[in-house]
Formats: sequence, C-alpha cells, structure tokens
Amino acid sequence: MADVSFTVDGKKLTAPAGTLLIDACRAHGIEIPAFCYYPGLSLQAACRMCVVRQEKVPKLQTACTTPVAEGLVFTTESPEIAQARKATIELLLGNHPLDCPVCDAGGECELQDMTFRYGAHESKYVEIKQHREEQQWSPVVFFDRPRCILCYRCVRMCGEGMDVWALGIQNRGAGAVIAPNKQDHLECEECGQCIDVCPVGALTSGTYRYKTRPWEMNHVSTVCAHCGDGCKTTLGLKRADDGMEIVRGDNRDKSGINGDFLCIKGRYAFDYSNREDRLTKPLVRQANGELAPVSWEEALEFAGKKLREIRDAKGGRAIGVIGSNRTTNEEAYLLQKFARSVLGTNNIDHHRTADYATFAAALKGNADREASLRDFAAAPAILLLGGDPTEEHPGLAWQLRSDVRLNQARLYVVNHELIKLRRQAKAFLEISQDGYADLVSFLSGNGGALSSNEKAASFREDLLKEESVLIVFGPEYRGKDIEALVKFGMGFPKAKFAILGDYANSRGAADMGLFPDLLPGYVPVTAAGTFAEEYGEALPAAPGLDLVEMFDAAGAGDLAALYVVGSNPVSRYGVDASALKNVFLVVQDMFLTETAKLADVVFPAANLYEKAGTVTNTFGDIQLVKKAADRAGVRSDFELIVRLADRMGADVKKLVPFGRGGVRADFGQTRGAQSGEADRHQVWLTAHHIELKASPFDPFAIFDEVQRLVPAYDIPRMDLLTGNDQHIKTELVQIENTGSRRDLVLPSKDTLFTSGTLGKYSAMLHSVMESHTRKTAETAAD
Amino acid sequence: MPSLVSHPDEVKILSRRFGQGAADIEKYLEMDGYKAVQAAIEKGPDWIIAEMKASGLRGRGGAGFPTGMKWSFVPKQSAKPKYVLVNGDESEPGTCKDHLIFLHDPHAVIEGTMIAGLAIGSKLGFIYLRGEYRYLLKIVEKAVADAYAKGFLGKNIFGTGVDFDIVTQTGAGAYEVGEESALMESLEGKRGVPRIKPPFPAVVGLYGGPTVINNAETIATAPHILLMGGEAYAKVGSERNGGTRLFGISGHVERPGVYELPMGYNLKRAIYEVGGGIRGGKKLKAVVPGGSSTPVLLPEEIDIGLDFDQLGKAGSMLGSGGIVVLDETVSIVEFALRTISFYQHESCGWCIPCREGTDWLKKSIGRIYAGGGMEKDIDNIRYLAENMMGRTFCPLGDAAAMPTLGFVKKFRQEFEDYVNGKARSETPLLQISGAH
Repeated sequence: MADVSFTVDGKKLTAPAGTLLIDACRAHGIEIPAFCYYPGLSLQAACRMCVVRQEKVPKLQTACTTPVAEGLVFTTESPEIAQARKATIELLLGNHPLDCPVCDAGGECELQDMTFRYGAHESKYVEIKQHREEQQWSPVVFFDRPRCILCYRCVRMCGEGMDVWALGIQNRGAGAVIAPNKQDHLECEECGQCIDVCPVGALTSGTYRYKTRPWEMNHVSTVCAHCGDGCKTTLGLKRADDGMEIVRGDNRDKSGINGDFLCIKGRYAFDYSNREDRLTKPLVRQANGELAPVSWEEALEFAGKKLREIRDAKGGRAIGVIGSNRTTNEEAYLLQKFARSVLGTNNIDHHRTADYATFAAALKGNADREASLRDFAAAPAILLLGGDPTEEHPGLAWQLRSDVRLNQARLYVVNHELIKLRRQAKAFLEISQDGYADLVSFLSGNGGALSSNEKAASFREDLLKEESVLIVFGPEYRGKDIEALVKFGMGFPKAKFAILGDYANSRGAADMGLFPDLLPGYVPVTAAGTFAEEYGEALPAAPGLDLVEMFDAAGAGDLAALYVVGSNPVSRYGVDASALKNVFLVVQDMFLTETAKLADVVFPAANLYEKAGTVTNTFGDIQLVKKAADRAGVRSDFELIVRLADRMGADVKKLVPFGRGGVRADFGQTRGAQSGEADRHQVWLTAHHIELKASPFDPFAIFDEVQRLVPAYDIPRMDLLTGNDQHIKTELVQIENTGSRRDLVLPSKDTLFTSGTLGKYSAMLHSVMESHTRKTAETAAD
Repeated sequence: MPSLVSHPDEVKILSRRFGQGAADIEKYLEMDGYKAVQAAIEKGPDWIIAEMKASGLRGRGGAGFPTGMKWSFVPKQSAKPKYVLVNGDESEPGTCKDHLIFLHDPHAVIEGTMIAGLAIGSKLGFIYLRGEYRYLLKIVEKAVADAYAKGFLGKNIFGTGVDFDIVTQTGAGAYEVGEESALMESLEGKRGVPRIKPPFPAVVGLYGGPTVINNAETIATAPHILLMGGEAYAKVGSERNGGTRLFGISGHVERPGVYELPMGYNLKRAIYEVGGGIRGGKKLKAVVPGGSSTPVLLPEEIDIGLDFDQLGKAGSMLGSGGIVVLDETVSIVEFALRTISFYQHESCGWCIPCREGTDWLKKSIGRIYAGGGMEKDIDNIRYLAENMMGRTFCPLGDAAAMPTLGFVKKFRQEFEDYVNGKARSETPLLQISGAH
C-alpha cells in the first residue's frame, strides 16, 4: 500500500495506508497502551485502553481498530484520554485482588505498569471483591480468575496462533470467565503460550509459580536444548546452594527466530538441569564392579592413562568415539579433532537423525538455496513433505501457521499420516509410508502409481503454478531421494530447501564432522589436506567405523575403548549393549544413562544451558548459546575433552589454539552472564578476532579455527555475539558423491512430550497427561 | 392473548390488522396481504428504495437511521450472497411492540422481509426472534410454511421467476444480541458479542455477506409504505420523522398498552389522553420516554413531540418507543437500581467499561437503596457513568450509563435522602446490593 501521512500529537508521520494507528505509532516510537491488542492476533477493541482522539470524530476512537489515512489528525495523550484510561484501570482494579506482593507477574505486569502510568490510586468501592478459587488446569497451567482482566489474548493465542482452541469464554457480563476445554482442565499442546501473552498474573506457570520474584532472577537469553528448530528461550536463574538454578523459561525476547513462540519443551523442559540425581562427581568402576565417586584428579588420570595405553598398544583403530546431537559446535569440532589428532582414529560418529551430508552434496553449487527458519515467516508458498512439524518441529509449525494466517501463504502438505498441519494446508495429499520417492518422481513428471490419483494430479497442477516455494522435508528423505527432490525443486524459478533433523545441534554435529568418513564441512577424510596441516598431525587417512560398526567391532573384540560424549548409543534401536562388555568405556553425561551405567569412567557434564558456544539448527541458522545455569561439580564437555587430551599427554595448545594475543573471551562464560551485564568491550574485541584467548577451555579459540576451515561458518561475529541468528552463508560441502554412504539415519520421531534420552529426565514432560495419551517416541537417541 | 387497546387519536397503519386474525394467511390476503411484494417485484429495486426514502421511515429499533438509505448502501454486485435479517430480539424494558406484530400480523414481517430482499438483491432472509419469544416461533413458522405452501416463498415466487427463502431462528436469551452485529454472531452460532465496525453489515454482515438488518417493526412497515406510497406515509408523521410508530405506554397510567400514534405526537397527550392519565389520580413523577435506556424526563419536560429529533434535543431519546410512566409513589433510587440491574445482567462482558461499570453501578446504587450509601457514592455513580459514556465497545454501555446519569442528575435529592437515612427500603442490604 502507498504511504499516507497523518498527524499524531502534532508530529507528521507516514505509514502505509491502512496500517492500524497503534502499529503506525509504535513504529514511530509512540506507545499507545493496550491490553487486548496483540500483534498478529485478531482485533478485539475490548479493553478500551488504546482510546485516542481523532479530529472531527465525536467519540474517542480505539487506535487498534483505526486505520491511518491521508490527512487524519490524532491526539494520543491528553487529559481527556488519560482520564479515560485511568477510569478503565479503576474499573479493572475494582475486582482485582491486588495481591501483587505474591503474584508471579508482580514487576512484569502490564496492569501494574498502566496503573503506575495513569494513576488509579483511589479505591472507590466498599463492596467485597468478587473472588473465585484458583484453578489448576494442567501441571503447567494455573488460572487465577480474580486477576484476569479478560483481554482474551490467551483465547486467541491458543486458537488462532496454536490452532489448538482449548480456551474459551464462559458466562457473560461481570461473570465472564476464561475456561479450559475440558471443564476443569486443559487437554492441549501444553505450550504455555497463554501464560506468555497474559498481561497480568492470571495465567501462571506450574513450574515457576511462587518460586521467586522477577527481579530476583538473572535473565539469560539462549537457545533451547531440545528440537532442531533452535528457538531462543530466556532462562530465569536464581541462586541455589550448588550454583545457579533455572526457575523459568520463557520468551521475553521476541527477537529470536521463533518470534512469539515457545513450545512445552522450550518453556518448561529445563527441569532435568535441576534434578537431584544429576552426576556431580566423577565415577570410576571399582574392583568390586561398582561405580564409585572419585576425585577429578583420579578419574582424569585413570581415563587418560588408560586411553593412552590402548592407543599406544593397539592404535587408534581400536578406539571409538561417539559424539552428541546436543553439544555445541565447538565441542563437536573439538571432539573430532581430538579423535583424529590425539586418539588417531576416524572411528567417530553420532546418532544421525537426518541425512545432512547428502543434502549438503545435493545443494552443492546452490548453497543460497538453503532456507533459514526465518524464510518461513513470509514465504508465499511452502511444500512440506513428510515429517510432522507440530510434534517434531513445533517452532517451524508455528511459522507455517503464522505464514498461512497472516500472509495467506499457500501450504502444500504431503504425508502418510493425517498430520495436524493439513488444517492450514491449501492442499493435502495422503500417500503411503513408502511412497515418498514415488511422489518426487510423480511431481517431476515421471508418472508412476500416483498418475491415476486425481487428487495427486490437482495437487501437482496447483503446486507447479508456484514460482517461489520453500521445500521442507522430513527424515523420510535420504540419499538419492534427497538428490531427486532437490533436482525437482530446482525446476521452480525460485525454490529453497530445508531438511528436518531432530535435536538442538544435530545439524552442527554433522557440519562439524562427527562422521567416520567426513571431516568438518563434509570434507572427505581421504582429502584431509588443510586439516592435517592445521592440526599438525598425520591424520588417519582411511574412513573409520560408523556407530553400528563400532558396536559390531566391540562385539568381535576389535574395539578396546569407546569414548562417549553426551550420547546414549546403548538405547539406540538395534544396538547390542553386551558388545561393550570388554570395552574400556568413558562416558560424559549429566545422568547415569543406560550407556553411562556400563562405563568404566563417567564424567559429570554440563548441559547446554550451562555453557557457552554456538549451535546450528536444522535450517543452518547459527546461534550463540550463553551460559545461564551453573551446577557445582559439573564441567563442560569442552573442558573435559581438553583435560582428557592433556592427561593423554597431548599438546593442548595444538588442540585448542589459545593464548594467541588479546585478552580472554569465553562468550561471557566466566563473567558478564552471571552479573547480567554485557561486557561490551569484550564483545567488540571478540567480534574483531583480536581478543586474547588465555584459556584452553575457551570455545571461541576453537571457533576461530572452525571459521577458518569451514567457510560456511565464517559469518559476521558481531551479529552472532549480539544475539542474532546467522544463516550459513557459503557453500558448505566439499564432497561430490554420497550415494555409496551407508544410511544410518534413525529419526527418533519425538512428540511434543518426548525429547530423546534428555526428555526422559524431564519430570515435567512426563507430568502432563498428554504425554501418556500420545504415542511415544520410537527411539531414544541423545 | 393480551387484550388490545385502542384510542381515537391512533392512526392505524401498521396495526390495522391487529386483532383481525391476520396470522391466518387467508385473512391476511383479504386485507391487502402480499400485494405490496408483488408490486415490488413488478417495479423493481430502484422503485422500492425510492419509496422507502420518500416515506421518511427511520429505524424502529431505537437508533432511528433512515431505512431507505440503509438499503441503498448495500452494494449491487457482491461475490458473496446478500442477506436480509429481521431483528426480532425485542428486549428493551418497556418495549413490547414487535411482540404484537409477530402475534397478530406475522405475514407483514414475511412480506417486508421479501421487499427488503428485492430491494437489495438478496434471495435469503432470516427472522431472528428473541429467545424469550420462543412461544411466538410457532406462529411465525406457521406463517412462513403457509407462505411457502402458497408459492409466495421458495423458488419462482408468485410465478415471477424470482426466488426467495426465509429461515427462522430464536436467540438464547440475551439483550445484547439486539445489537445488530451481535445478533449476526448469535445467528452464526457464536457467542453473542458485537463485532468491530467498520465494516458495517451493509458491506460485511452475516456470514461475511452484505446484509440489511432491520427491526421487525421497520420491516413490517415496508409493505404498508409501498401500498400507500412513501410520500403519503411521510405526511402522517412529523418533519424528517415519517409515518407512525407503535408506542408502548406502560407504568402508572389508567390504560396501558401499545398504541400506533403518528410520529411527533405530543408525549403529554399520549400519557394523559391516550394512556388515560395517571392511575388513581396520583401525581406524575417522571417519564422514561423510549425504553429503559433513555434518560428520564421530568413532568415539566413532557410537553414534547415524540420523534427522534425533538427528544434528542431535550437530552433524551425516542429509542424503541417504550414510554414508562412513573407516579409519585415510585422511588427513583429503586427504579434506577432495577434499570441498572437489568444492564448489569445483560452486559455481554466483552469490554471493560461496560462489564465492570454496570456491575459497580449496580452495587453502588443497590447499597444506597439498602441504606448503606455514603455521600461520595452519588458522585462516584456520576463519575462512573460519565466514564462509561462513549467509551464502550457497543451502545449497551451507553444504554446503562445514560439513564443512570439522568436519574442522578434530576433526582439527586432522592439519592441524598437515602444516604442521609431520610428514605430507606424495606429490603435488607444483603438481598439487594451486589454484596456477594
């Protein structure tokens, strides 16, 4: 729409014609207060707080429903308007319990803020306030009716935003009340979005309520540890006896790629971090066969010595390494460097959840064709093949729904199940579970079984009319099917692609070379040139054993040691735990997992919320994770790898190139984060690569190297450090042909209420009834 | 069936079939029934709208918007179907005129609906009856069925090739759905809460289609206008207020009832002549001229013509034509409490000023009435009502605030008497006030 100019409080402003006055004003820094207005949700005009004076109009107008037009003149603040707003607040406070001193929202409450701004200090009534008992709607959602101001944000967020429609309004007039879908409780996706948008303390979180006051927390914005979407989550930290405890996850910071959204996992499933049964002391298996806590000195010395002996006696081929989907890029990179240059083995792998390698190869030469999660916010058309984003990628599902709702995007969905997103689809095509390859063939015009299917024909016809399409596909596509799909997609004038993998850094694990045959950036181990040069070691030239082969080798007595970092391979489908009987097993983990129980040495590891670094979501968006929580006794996987290398007698300076000038920068790991203040000088130095990395445990020391050796990761650091997501920028892949690679992809098919092995340790995820009524994940993975 | 009243001053246009058995289609046909719609089919939409404009008919629901103009706003071309919607959600206390129309002359509503449909190019009309008028549904449904049986409704009506259907629906018992957009929500099966305007119903109405929505009396008047001619109809009334209107005179008069009087008829005469004067020879205390939401008039203010403009000038409203006469025995405080109790009960709760405002007004007035009032309560009531005026999402808030303001301004002394213990109710505090 063309711009129009209009006047607000004597200032000439311009905005596209039809823009709502409240939005136009906000864009120009004029804030008009509102309770019911919420960007992206339908208009209500119910709270009457945004009233303004429009010239030549007799009544005050609501800014949330008034579109701007040429020449209009508005007043947004005047005694008359202030009085109107004050009167509205007085009415709200009439029945409000004013229990601010104990209310979760106290200090973060829009009603408090508005009362402060417009003043409604006098209580005009003597009647008893309307009281209703607080209700628990689910383990994570509580409702306190007297605090509710009936802005209907929750109702709309649940319905329009989440497509769940679990909240409604009962009764009328002064008796009107927000009500859950099942009389006295909720059955929903338990996302807590209703709590997030609640301007007051009416909806509160079961995991957070009455734990602290907002101002007693530190707030650290980091990336969710669960699925592969990489949503930004703001953690609220409170001091505990043994460190900093996470008491809240929310979405205060709407700047993330998830926009307004967080799912149940991002919002609540941090509770594993605070568990009592977390490992906080190193464990070493004793002569009696029991694991017993020992000192760090003893455990490191024991593991280092033993690994060195095995390497020296049997060579690197006798050692295997399994990395994680949930460690940082720096840790994954360091782990493979450690494996190849210190242990001398290519026997390194991780639990693969999507075929990133083939995807990267298929896009070779077209790296700009990979879609960022941000691209989904405004894409005109999207083709979703396989997967079930509502369950497995709730952040993506949110973006898809929002794009359809707000931009009238055309969503084409193909699936073998009636996935929920079909409700937003312009066209939905149900195919058989093994029909995904045939589908691409059909879409490409090669006929096949679908040719006689009328629905498929019209689906194809509509789809091919699109010019610009985002093609996003689930783990149903691997190997040559991905190649065929990308080839088909390239037929559109403008197409971008996205592959769906499971966990917070599944993509990073692949990009950082946790493969027996591929180095970071998908460089074949057979062409290790620059890496060998940089590492200053002769790297093993032949591809090593993959995850399944390592267990086979262990069973056959050919594997003497296995180093498992943040992974639980024993729980993976088809893996025989008894194969590890005679293997020296070192495990780094938060808990005594199925794998850790078998270990000879277990190191208590920090989780993703307890360290700094970067992670890459499944769309190739790189983000900074910041150290938020802290638990006495645990160490980051990064530190543990370095210490182990040190005990093995490796040159730590070679492994982590620290101490090369400048002062220390550790992503704010040791200060800044805890004090809540950003160290701007540090940020500047780090952004310009001129800081001193004085510590061998400094992830940025290794990030320099990643940026040098994996060109795709050479992104602007300043943007990263200031909390923005950066999409992989250049061609990632250096391999040509992936057809001969073995398909080890095993998606875990998590639901909204599972999260691999990590999810097992979240009591909250188990506590919601939906986690019992829905199907469980198929394989546990990391 | 309530007995009908009559007075020589009446000009019976709309009510001429009342009491004649015209709910029966044969009787209706004898009394010029379905002639107007056939003329309308023959002469076309432009003629209909021209006659309606000439008639000076203004909406009988209460707002008084010129009907012909409303019909002319509907776009000629529309991708979505157009609808006619009859608002029979008559709920304003003091008003019981539509009730009589449905009871005595349901075919007039059907015929009027068809005429409106022809005027705007719609093929489907809805007659929406107030939930509490469920017992009238039988009568209306029979009339509709009879019209179908005669071929007046359905495909090819009167053999003219024109199609028109009518659907009936009752509400679930909410005053609020008398507001046109809330009525549409209700008809669509949703909560009866008003919509944001614009867009207005003429552009985006029922099911998103252009919609004409009119009060049942307005619709039932349309056939008469076409029969007698717009200009002739206009001449019956006063300036810019064409025709007649059904006035419900209730309260302390000798002969309460619904009378069809010309627009502009003198209010004082309506009470003392038509209504037979104050019951039992008592003194007049106050008059609510147009349904409970209109500000009260004092005895010295009632020498005034009953039309939209004259009452507007006097600081009140013609509203829905429900004249409530209060004699000297009435406690204004109690009457104010009854009035606000109604609006408190009927507020849909959508917006803050109405939802909370009506509740606090009821509580405060209730407390004063029960003897627990304080001096500042009276000013608080004024403050509250003034801050509701013009601030609410729909006119219900105004409808609650306006009369309250009128009572407090014109009868402040009575409120003070209650506060000072000079007057008090027999009912204990807990049973009256909102102290729950």
